[in-house]
Amino acid sequence: MEIVGQLQKQYVDFITSLFREAYLDDQYVQLQKLQDDSNPEFVVEVVSIFFEDSEKLLNDLASSLQQQVVDFKKVDGYVHQFKGSSSSVGAQRVKNACVDFKNFCEEKNLDGCLRFLNLVKQEFYLVKNKLETLLRLEQQILQAGGMVPPLE
Amino acid sequence: MLVSRSNASWKSEDRTSGQFPTGLRVLLVDDDNTCLKIVSSILKKCGYEVTQKSDAESALDLLRKNKNGYDIVISDVHMPDMDGFKLLEHIGLEMDLPVIMMSADDSKDVVLKGVTHGACDYLIKPISIEALKNIWQHVVRKKKQELKEKDFECSGISEDGEQQQISPENFDYSSSVNEVNYKNLKKRKDEEDDEEERDDTSALKKPRVVWSNDLHQQFVNAVHQLGIEKAVPKKILELMNVPGLTREKVASHLQKFRLYLRKASQHQSGRNNAFMGAPEASFGPMSLMNGRNRQPLTATGQIPSRSLATFQAAALSRPTATYVPIVDQRNIFRFETPKLTSEDDQQQLKNNVKQMNLFHGISSSMKPKQFATLHPFAQSSGDMNMEADYSAQMDQPQQMTQIFNDINGGNVSSFESSVGQPNFIKVIPSGVHGPTYNSLYQPSTPPGNSFPLLSNSGMSTLTSKGMLQEEVNSEMQQSRGFVSNYDVLGGLGKNTVQMVNSSLADNFLRIEGERQPDTGVQNNPFPRQLSEEDLFTAFFKQNSQNQSKMTLTLTDTSRTIFLSNKACMLQLSAFENMYIVAVTAEIDLSGS
Repeated sequence: MEIVGQLQKQYVDFITSLFREAYLDDQYVQLQKLQDDSNPEFVVEVVSIFFEDSEKLLNDLASSLQQQVVDFKKVDGYVHQFKGSSSSVGAQRVKNACVDFKNFCEEKNLDGCLRFLNLVKQEFYLVKNKLETLLRLEQQILQAGGMVPPLE
Repeated sequence: MLVSRSNASWKSEDRTSGQFPTGLRVLLVDDDNTCLKIVSSILKKCGYEVTQKSDAESALDLLRKNKNGYDIVISDVHMPDMDGFKLLEHIGLEMDLPVIMMSADDSKDVVLKGVTHGACDYLIKPISIEALKNIWQHVVRKKKQELKEKDFECSGISEDGEQQQISPENFDYSSSVNEVNYKNLKKRKDEEDDEEERDDTSALKKPRVVWSNDLHQQFVNAVHQLGIEKAVPKKILELMNVPGLTREKVASHLQKFRLYLRKASQHQSGRNNAFMGAPEASFGPMSLMNGRNRQPLTATGQIPSRSLATFQAAALSRPTATYVPIVDQRNIFRFETPKLTSEDDQQQLKNNVKQMNLFHGISSSMKPKQFATLHPFAQSSGDMNMEADYSAQMDQPQQMTQIFNDINGGNVSSFESSVGQPNFIKVIPSGVHGPTYNSLYQPSTPPGNSFPLLSNSGMSTLTSKGMLQEEVNSEMQQSRGFVSNYDVLGGLGKNTVQMVNSSLADNFLRIEGERQPDTGVQNNPFPRQLSEEDLFTAFFKQNSQNQSKMTLTLTDTSRTIFLSNKACMLQLSAFENMYIVAVTAEIDLSGS
């Protein structure tokens, strides 16, 4: 059981840091609340859908910004969607980057858009990484017979 | 009360009354799979039954095939195949279900757009459990409205019967037209109707009439034939002569149609729901429909009729696509006409009474005898987001410009005012709707193209559903009608008037009056920016023989409108694709 204890502490420390550094926000807590016995894998499922859709979205974004004539409205649409989905899973930094990205879209500032595309990508992969680590920790705790400490 | 009332469409019937909201059948529409999953899960947790669709078309199909299969629809705003607002309108017209919009976009103009399109609620993503827990209230509310209508309609007959809806919005700014219609409904005690209702009450919920394109076209033709004011359900029904169609069905469709017209007209003129939420008593009544004591443009200028004719041609050529323009235009002008008397105008002028129509959401603090004006852009921001559909329906700006120019040619002279120095505000036709707002910002047209906004003597009223609505009282004895373009008109006052705009707009209009000897008038449409961080400036310069000018500066960073200098009276007419701005300002008699 010591292992469980250790794992749990690791988990709590880790997730606390994620909140502190704004990788995640309260919405993630809401997601956790939606997970229950009738829906035990809810968070993993949602997060997986988010990862998958986001990769596609980032690709679409990149190609739309590489066009001869950039359709900023389209770009804005993609960013808007990314903003929506990232905010829904609680990926705060990604969402914030999207907000700024949108401004460049509205200004039709290609340079700014390209810069922010990179920034958004970066933030996305960062949070993806963190979430995967977090969920892995959860799995380990469960497999070791323990309970995942609930978020307050 | 509604709970106890059996409603076969709610499975909650089978449960105890204590679990009233559970079993609510929700149709969820969102192209984003992540949100779809999350919202779905929240709804299920609340005990609702959820059906998911990732695009609007299939959602509509589903609703059409299964009219009574759902109690409420929750839809995203930005979707690739169909705009959420369009879906909202379709559902409102065809199925009349409550619709909740959701979006990551929390800009007030979009939220306002949701409201004006008839959404019951607008949720900002990320959606929380609390937000969805209480959506059942919208279903209950709608049913209650229907019951109320039935009470009026049936005068005592059993509540089951034709479903009718009177949207609260109709009452807010409904003018006499709706009142007339409503009174008709109230008065109806025809045996026939009663029998029809009784026959139909075999089912708890009557099958909804599908307003197919053809049927709707017949309806629209009948309405046009009768004239929007005279279009009462009974006459429409007679004109349509469709077997099986009841007066009640026509009546409820007529209400929605009117609502749709208003919205569309508002969008066109860049005004969002000017009728709603207009606050301050210091501003005159906001709604055009309320029948102000103003002289309609038709009475004063040639423009309206011309533009009307122009738009009419355009509008009628697209019967099913747009409801708006003409009918509303007629409405506007009709409402205004009867109420004007030139004596009133004169008196008002003499008293230097300022009238202001503020678009909703603007609150202003004004110094006595000062008036401010508009606030416009911001409010029209909702319109800015309008879908291309609306834009497509509008005539090209050039057309308007031509009209204006024509009028200009005839009207340019004499701004002399008996009062002092009148200021003219030039309005630039915008003709732009929706995201292309920025394109409005164009270099001013050559001076010759400018046209004075002042209207003739007395008060001219602008009726417009545009964002700005201000009445312009002109001290001029001539009548001028015209134009519009909205966005910003400033009233000039002796002192700086500060207006705090509490509306959704993020822009504020700064109006500064200047006096400069000048001959040129510039048409400077100013861009409307939706983003809060954007700044833009627009200048209006007025040309008048008295050479007074007013400069309007719009900035986006605050909600304050500053008016300075003299006030001028402006009258603008509303056009299909123009934002209408009417500025009422007090003319500074003493000169400044």
